[in-house]
Amino acid sequence: MANLSFWGGLVVFVYCYVPSCDLEAITSVLGCRDPWPMRSKPEAMSDLWSGLTQAFWLLVTLDADLVEISLRSLRVTLTALLIASAIALPFAAFLSVRRFRLRRITIAVLNALMGLPPVVVGLVVYVFLSRSGPFGVFGLLFTPTAMIIAQVIIIVPLIASIAHQSLRELWGDYHDLLISMNTTQFQRIQALLWDGRRALLTAALAGFGRAIGEVGAIMIVGGNIDHATRVLTTAIALETGKGEFALALALGFILIALAVTVNLLIHRLSHTESEGRW
Amino acid sequence: MQMFPLEAKQAVVRRQGKVLVGPIDLTLQGQGVTIVIGPNGAGKTTLLKMLHGIARMNAGSLTWACPKDEAQKRQGFVFQAPVMMRRTVIENIAYPLRLIGVTMAEARQRAQDWAERVGLGHTVKQQATMLSGGERQKLALARALIRNPDVLFLDEPCASLDGRATREIEEILTTAAADGTRLIMSTHNMGQAQRLADEVIFVLHGRIHEFTPASQFFAGAETKQGRAFLRGDIVE
Repeated sequence: MANLSFWGGLVVFVYCYVPSCDLEAITSVLGCRDPWPMRSKPEAMSDLWSGLTQAFWLLVTLDADLVEISLRSLRVTLTALLIASAIALPFAAFLSVRRFRLRRITIAVLNALMGLPPVVVGLVVYVFLSRSGPFGVFGLLFTPTAMIIAQVIIIVPLIASIAHQSLRELWGDYHDLLISMNTTQFQRIQALLWDGRRALLTAALAGFGRAIGEVGAIMIVGGNIDHATRVLTTAIALETGKGEFALALALGFILIALAVTVNLLIHRLSHTESEGRW
Repeated sequence: MQMFPLEAKQAVVRRQGKVLVGPIDLTLQGQGVTIVIGPNGAGKTTLLKMLHGIARMNAGSLTWACPKDEAQKRQGFVFQAPVMMRRTVIENIAYPLRLIGVTMAEARQRAQDWAERVGLGHTVKQQATMLSGGERQKLALARALIRNPDVLFLDEPCASLDGRATREIEEILTTAAADGTRLIMSTHNMGQAQRLADEVIFVLHGRIHEFTPASQFFAGAETKQGRAFLRGDIVE
């Protein structure tokens, strides 16, 4: 057993760190099937190019399916982001101003949960929402709501952790002043959230980035059902599986464009770069 | 309700096993300007913070003539490096009023009034973090005075300011003192101490070395170290 994991580890190491290493050589030695038989490099380049052109035409013609899944992507992720921020930001502020016994552990756990594997979150949410699970009666499995729940769980630790980093610093600045002014705990949290809003925006955007590009969890709890729970990322996974690389790439480019646009829009609306020094 | 006398008994502040201040026995009466002087690291800042109640005491007691929460509401503190909240100047000055439930409109109006009194009238819409050193101190003063505190603690409010800014701040302080605000202030500037002080606390090694009326102190301090400090010698 130990021997096997050693050789497996070695193959992974060689593949990851030796750039000129040929995957086919390794897989043929191990007797695995090459996942991409018969495909050569020039063809991959033409996939990229036709992906770009296809993305262009999909956008220009406002393809109905594309618009539908893009809007669903946005709706699911933005809802998840709102809910997650409403939980994570006050919690981060609370962690900054309040000293309690389990505080350090809470922060450490929060940081660790930033790397929560989405597939596992999806699985757990699936178990909870499935017919036989504790929340089965609500019939939420394979609905956008289930996807929102999964995404909230994934991004709350991320947003809270990043927000806490910056709020802790801000609290360091404000500590003496706010204590001297005889503020209540609630007023301190309020002041931190308001004055730290630009840093909090960054935290929220990081959460947005993770949620919009996430596929593992929403694939499991959403099921990638056409016209019901299909979003950009699950569509990309599906098209790639079908071998429709150009379409998958087109959707991929649109996803990236969407993420960038939302980021720019939020920055624009909040004047992040134009005012003050933060 | 009467706040004074403020009485400290055997008060000690320790940090990491090191005594920063104390033990201190001190009784402050309700009038005038008290100036705290002493070399760097003597414990002036800690002493002020302790009297204000934001430095935790490890031993001893501190009692006001009125209940503690009442006393806390009627004090202000100006820090050596003033904390600028990341808001506009007017929002900074109005903040203490907002905390005690004054409406936005009224708080802003009173803040505007105070901004003009301290000479920040033209900057009210700026971000406070963009102000210069002197302007920051003035903002901190206005913010501390806007609640009409009975006692104002100031920790070297004019450190690293030039003569003009210092004079402007001293004018604000003199007016506040004339209006009945009790000032307790530390400084490094002997001229400033002479101009403002009614009584002087000379702090050395975390202890009160001398506590005398200003005229007496500046005419000739009682202790050798006090006289050396007045002459401008280095006191250790």
